Amino acid sequence: MKALHRKLLRDLGRLKGQALAIAVVVAGGVMTLILAVTMLDALTRAQERFYASHHFAEVFADVTRAPLGLVERLQRVPGVNLIEARVTAPVRLRVPDFEDPVRGQLVSIPDGRQPTLNRLHLVAGQLPTAGREGQVVVSDAFAEAHGLTPGDSLEAIINGRRTLLDLSGIALSPEFLYQAGPTDLVPDYRRYAILWMNQEALADAYGMEGAFNQLSLTLQSGADRETIIDALDLALARYGGTGARTRHDQPSHRFLEEELDQQRAQARILPTIFLLVSAFLLNVVMTRIIQTQREQIAILKAFGYRDAELARHYAGLALLIVLLGWALGVGLGAWTARWMAGLYADYFRFPEMRFPVPPWALALSLLLAGLSALAGTWRAVWQSVSAPPAEAMRPPAPQRFRRSWLERSALRHALGGEGRIILRQLARQPAKMALSVIGIALSAGLLMMGAWQIAALDQMLDRQYRDILRMDIELTFNDPTPVRALGELRHLPGVLAVETWRRVPATLIHGHRRYRTSLTGLEATPRLRPIVDAAGNAQPLPPEGLVLTRYLGEWLGVAAGDRLEVAIMEGHRRRLSLPVATLVDEPVGVGAYLRRERLNRLMREGPAIGGAWLLVDDNRRDALIDALHDLPVVAGIGLMDEAERDVRRYLDETLQVFAIVFVVLAGSIGFGVIYNNARISFAERSRELATLLVLGYTRAEVSRILLGEIALLGVLAILPGWAVGAGFCALLSEAFSSELFRIPLIFTPRLFGLSVAGVVAASALVGLLMLRRLWHLDKVAVLKAPE
Amino acid sequence: MDNDRDVVLTTRGLTRHYHMGEVTIQALRGVDLDLHRGELIVMLGASGSGKSTLLNILGGLDRASSGTVHVGADDLTHASQRQLTAYRRHHVGFVFQFYNLIASLTARENVAMVTDISRDPLTPEAALYRVGLEDRLDHFPSQLSGGEQQRVAIARAIAKRPSLLLCDEPTGALDSHTGIRVLEVIETLNRESETTMAIITHNAVIGDMADRVVHLRDGRVEGITVPTRRRRAKELRW
Repeated sequence: MKALHRKLLRDLGRLKGQALAIAVVVAGGVMTLILAVTMLDALTRAQERFYASHHFAEVFADVTRAPLGLVERLQRVPGVNLIEARVTAPVRLRVPDFEDPVRGQLVSIPDGRQPTLNRLHLVAGQLPTAGREGQVVVSDAFAEAHGLTPGDSLEAIINGRRTLLDLSGIALSPEFLYQAGPTDLVPDYRRYAILWMNQEALADAYGMEGAFNQLSLTLQSGADRETIIDALDLALARYGGTGARTRHDQPSHRFLEEELDQQRAQARILPTIFLLVSAFLLNVVMTRIIQTQREQIAILKAFGYRDAELARHYAGLALLIVLLGWALGVGLGAWTARWMAGLYADYFRFPEMRFPVPPWALALSLLLAGLSALAGTWRAVWQSVSAPPAEAMRPPAPQRFRRSWLERSALRHALGGEGRIILRQLARQPAKMALSVIGIALSAGLLMMGAWQIAALDQMLDRQYRDILRMDIELTFNDPTPVRALGELRHLPGVLAVETWRRVPATLIHGHRRYRTSLTGLEATPRLRPIVDAAGNAQPLPPEGLVLTRYLGEWLGVAAGDRLEVAIMEGHRRRLSLPVATLVDEPVGVGAYLRRERLNRLMREGPAIGGAWLLVDDNRRDALIDALHDLPVVAGIGLMDEAERDVRRYLDETLQVFAIVFVVLAGSIGFGVIYNNARISFAERSRELATLLVLGYTRAEVSRILLGEIALLGVLAILPGWAVGAGFCALLSEAFSSELFRIPLIFTPRLFGLSVAGVVAASALVGLLMLRRLWHLDKVAVLKAPE
Repeated sequence: MDNDRDVVLTTRGLTRHYHMGEVTIQALRGVDLDLHRGELIVMLGASGSGKSTLLNILGGLDRASSGTVHVGADDLTHASQRQLTAYRRHHVGFVFQFYNLIASLTARENVAMVTDISRDPLTPEAALYRVGLEDRLDHFPSQLSGGEQQRVAIARAIAKRPSLLLCDEPTGALDSHTGIRVLEVIETLNRESETTMAIITHNAVIGDMADRVVHLRDGRVEGITVPTRRRRAKELRW
């Protein structure tokens, strides 16, 4: 090994504290990149594999009831590849030793064999035997949640009739990777099940003999999706078709795509921020490290080392540090990815999900980290090595100090000798000071962003579950039901208040933008599911016109007063032009609301309702649930507190884990900046500090200079830190906005306080380390040694 | 020693000024000087006389503001940075007052820093043997005395077999006993090689061991004297 290489390694050993601090920052960037990319890659690949191997359909269409003979005709629509008809129906279940109501969806499969499309991946047992009634395959998550195995039985209410179902098998399906109930955001495996049943048995139970109510199909390659969908809609209209839809409107696929989008946003934004910050830090730190080696550089040049050789040497030092950070980041990223994988496996039910770190991600992160190192150090390195050697060997010119404005102000008496030293030191090198302040501000900003994610998600859920979804129970009826049913509900035990709703599938059209959703009819001034203004107060619905979630309104490009085309997909399937009355801010989901009476009129029906929301006396809840079980009109019972708990758990486990990792990383960055800064400042001034000690200053007095400088930089960084943090939050809030939820851009005093607390904690820790160094400073040796 | 005809380095009308803080310093005001092959020359001067500046220019560390420097047929005055680097790399050895060893490298490794980039160097071990440090090869600078550190610096300077060895106050940081020991090493090396050696110092006593003494004052050569009898280093006292 060449002596220069040895020097490189020894220098690295000497700088280990500082090097580690920089490496941690680089590791943060690399880790976020590796984590996001690995997750993205694993999810995408698992999705592609499962979709392909189990023939996930590309288009779906629901009808009320259509004859099986229609399938053959539809098969001839140009562009259709495979087509399969089936029966699906909602079901209510009772699981032994489980009190809460369980909702389910029954899906038919051809008697005794796998369906052509949306094939099942059996993890235990087998398909129902052909010709046997009452046998089902259940979703694996549900079976797992209740400890069910093939051979167990469940009580079900199918079409109002109590039936006993035997489990023949347990399966996964590409259609139900994400198994959230119809109105839920996140899966509740104990309260929601998917069941597959023989087609004949299910058709019998629902009066669907010789008929179907759902189609799945795949398309020939190159076929025009829109044309086929139009052809299907035309053919299915008379059978109560609600409009064919692509995977994009298939709930499980949609959720997965949302998750992938989220991961993509994370893969882009977070590593970029971290790597930029680390390039910046490297610049600050390497510039100063190299400056302390100014004399050594001059001597090496005197020996005849070339500029390029020295530049390579110092760039090598930076690259070694970055390499260390990269390795650390890859390790942490891979480890976190594996850990997150466990969490994801709970929410996305793939038969297998592998989490290898993709090699290209390793290469990419190495490249990015290396580039950030070079970008950060190149100028510093080149400036130092290209200076003429004699200049570096001459004793540096006495530094120019002058009185700062602060000293000329009325504060001068309060300043004291140490204060003056601190101020002049900082004022003499305003550029260095500015860089240090920016560095600390960046870390304070990152800290704020991490904390914001947690706070904003919390606020989002509070608004959704406290202000908007105020009901305790959501009932869904089998069919639209006369509003009279309300009276019966009011008399059930424990019911404090009842409110009705009616939901109709519809496509909203404005210009070339179309959005499939449903119109939700509410009471004139809904209280259990209010339309709230910015302050959280319930607003009456306008007598005419639609209220849209702002996100949806903006996506469609409509404002209050505009007219919107609405294609209703139920009943008379009217196409209407309705005015938009107002846009409201709702953090979760998107919707279109209007008065229920108005919706009933538009549907040309009597006062019908699709379900009801109940406010419940907690003490009598169990009795109420028992009573609800006995109501045949009820297709589903949703418990809001359970739903809220599930959503919070989901966010805790996924996003918040990420946010916490983030806060820790941001904290280490803050420490890295402040430590490097203080450490270099100490090295640069140890002679001065030792001189003060020799002159009779106490160590406490001298330490005030050191600590004062650290503190001053921290204080100066607070305001820019907040500004940077607010910017980061805005960036992330924008990137994470989706149809599913919008994370509000809120700033609470706690957030600002937290970012300050982070800087204070890091400064205090660094201060302690510097004090230790000062206590061990050998004043005589420092003074004797040459500069 | 009479080798007037064998001039290896010539300066004519050399001046150098530079800015330090807010002051302009006129360090050299026209220096004419010839160095001969194999001679030991001592440049004497008080601090501020310009001797370090002259040494830097002779060693290719710095450029003159005006005037010429010729090494053999080559003109250093107009040499590029690259040519100056090559000149230092292959022809010049430096010894500094404060040794300037690299603290993180052992004696052997410090010498290797130079032998790694030289054509036909001594081995680090041989160079250290010549300054009497063959048993201190793997010591770090912090484990060596001042005199030993300076000898490592000398070993480092001669390892490339330079044609010109420039020593800037080599005894300045040492006590007289140790200083004389270091001068003895320089003297021996001078006797055994063809290397031209220039020692700059403010210590007039050292002039007694030189072939010639150049007196510098206010950036000019005040005079050149030839000692009547060249004394051995070990006879010097201060």
